[in-house]
Amino acid sequence: MIAAVISLGGIGLSAAVALGLAAKKFAVESDPRELAVLETLPGANCGACGYPGCSGYAKMVVSGDKLAAVCPPGGQEVMEKIANIMGFAPITTDPQVAVVRCQGDNAKAKLKYTYIGVTDCVAAQKLADGPKLCPGGCMGLGTCARICPFGAIEMTQENLAVISREKCTGCGKCVASCPRQVIELTPLDATTHVLCNSHDKGALIRKYCEIGCIACQICKKNAPDAYVIEDFLARVVYEHHLETGPGVEKCPTKCIRDFAGGYPQGSSFAPPTCAMPPQKVA
Amino acid sequence: MKLKTFPGGLHPPDNKQWSAHKPIETCPLPAELIVPLSQHIGAPAIPCVAAGDVVKKGQVIGEAKGFVSVPVHAPTSGTVAAVEDRLHPMGKALPAVVITPDGDDAWGELPPPLDVQSASVNELRDRLRDCGIVGMGGATFPAHVKLSPPEEKPIHTLILNGVECEPYLTADHRLMLEEAETILDGIAILQKILGVKQTYLGIEANKPDAIALMEKACAGRDIEVVPLEVKYPQGAEKQLILAIAGCEVPSGGLPMDVGVVVQNVGTCAAVADAVLRGIPLIERIATVSGPGIKEPKNLKIRIGMPLAHLVEQCGGLNGEPAKIIMGGPMMGMTQLSLAVPATRGTSGLLLFTAENVPLRPEGPCIRCGRCVRACPAHILPTTIAAYARLDLFEEAEQFNAMDCIECGCCTYSCPAALPLVQAIRHAKGAILAQRRKV
Repeated sequence: MIAAVISLGGIGLSAAVALGLAAKKFAVESDPRELAVLETLPGANCGACGYPGCSGYAKMVVSGDKLAAVCPPGGQEVMEKIANIMGFAPITTDPQVAVVRCQGDNAKAKLKYTYIGVTDCVAAQKLADGPKLCPGGCMGLGTCARICPFGAIEMTQENLAVISREKCTGCGKCVASCPRQVIELTPLDATTHVLCNSHDKGALIRKYCEIGCIACQICKKNAPDAYVIEDFLARVVYEHHLETGPGVEKCPTKCIRDFAGGYPQGSSFAPPTCAMPPQKVA
Repeated sequence: MKLKTFPGGLHPPDNKQWSAHKPIETCPLPAELIVPLSQHIGAPAIPCVAAGDVVKKGQVIGEAKGFVSVPVHAPTSGTVAAVEDRLHPMGKALPAVVITPDGDDAWGELPPPLDVQSASVNELRDRLRDCGIVGMGGATFPAHVKLSPPEEKPIHTLILNGVECEPYLTADHRLMLEEAETILDGIAILQKILGVKQTYLGIEANKPDAIALMEKACAGRDIEVVPLEVKYPQGAEKQLILAIAGCEVPSGGLPMDVGVVVQNVGTCAAVADAVLRGIPLIERIATVSGPGIKEPKNLKIRIGMPLAHLVEQCGGLNGEPAKIIMGGPMMGMTQLSLAVPATRGTSGLLLFTAENVPLRPEGPCIRCGRCVRACPAHILPTTIAAYARLDLFEEAEQFNAMDCIECGCCTYSCPAALPLVQAIRHAKGAILAQRRKV
């Protein structure tokens, strides 16, 4: 009994001493600021900054003499905290939010064929350019929703991706994952968007979608500065996003949406609260 | 006697009885022929005619671009109505030459016949390229490329593929019964080009009449007819080599790595026509079958005939088609409409109505291992598909996703109706894209 206690205790004691010495001798010098920076970061490891995860970003911040890249999910708040830790001049960021430029769910847009296979937009796109007649619309198989590190994307019952303006941090992972480039990063304060991604002519669009942009120019006529029509598709000029109101009202297909008034049909997200109501510029 | 075969595979109901006994019928010309410029693996042909041009049968209308490419020929005489994008069997609109036949079906100037004995190997190979000969089994790989092995890889064995393991299809079967002599002429040309010592002709044992006939015709010709077990995918290149030559093509390798070249019997007939008669590849045999068609037939079709025209020749549709497949039901391509033209790879046209296309809801994998047992490539379909669905493509590659031959045995055998081969194909696409990037 005593022999066992002594031998085991002895082994434990000598191992503890050896470990203690090794920890002193082989200690890795680490910058305490790196840990502090890492703690302020959102920790989603989304890679939106261009570095491998949050620790990669923290390492970059500590090794440089100024901030070389912005952490989009962190936004202004995190950038200021990091600037304080490091003693750099803070860089300003314009908060961005991703928008799905399509409202043509299965109830509104027609299908080319019935897709049976892997529930993945990239796989579906390879099969005759996707199951939708529209070449640019959301296929609704949820590749973006699965990739979003913040759970900001939901798929509606009728297979349309909708992005929460509160939860989205603008990291851009969904933008890269979408095989049809339906998702776009836009300034957070601009709440009005043309939700269509088809460059087909109006007559063709009417055949396959109820809610597509037919490039009728009515929005541009009512708000000349706020809209441009490029290649048969209207777009909001975000510098003039406060003047888009008349275009939203007059759009005949209702493909222009002001998110302040709610999300596309079928979404369970509550109308955004952070979105500022449009204000007239003095 | 135990028949030769490969491990794995399965035997779906083949339904060949619908058309196997029907002689090949020549399909009359339609009002419009749509000849796609991309009908082979490799660079698409460059159109060399314009709208309004008068073309003769056999005239070159698209020139080959690069080594892995072949020219495209006018399937009949007539006027070029347009050179524009038309719906292609791949499901996209791709450039095609639209020809309005004049009804004369008059031949243009053809290259002179070559004498197989005196012609050089290069002359023969160039002739195959100029006549647009591609693999007729469905993959449409240019024949002259396959017949130009690099010097360090000598070819000792030629295997002719008369297996036709895809259900429903009987085109190669009928061709062997009706044009055995042409096939043998083609084999002699291929033997000369490759300088091979051994030649085998593999035929599945469910075609005893073709086996007997070919055995009789091959007597004294240095060609051995090998009856093979009735099993899908017996006609897949690597599985056929394993069954007949007994050697396995290494992972990521080509048949030429084990000194073997495989050619389809339809290709042999086309080779004979090209060399001995100067006729380019403008015709092929296709089986039109399936429960969605009134009268299944084997048709001799011109390249560019719209599928709707073939349906018309077979008595029309049996109700609204729910699925249109070009090729066999296991590996063929589903088509968007009957306006699509037939190409050099169109070995069949199958029509299914809604009651023949049962859609089972997808369930969870029950780890039964049926896909693993059926897989002729000896990979783990369920594991790779699971990785592919999680976008873990590196892991999928480690499990040899690239060795998948996309035969579809796994999906066919899955009791949970999982889209296994679809997921693996998705992974293969992603892995190839990644390799291109690096």
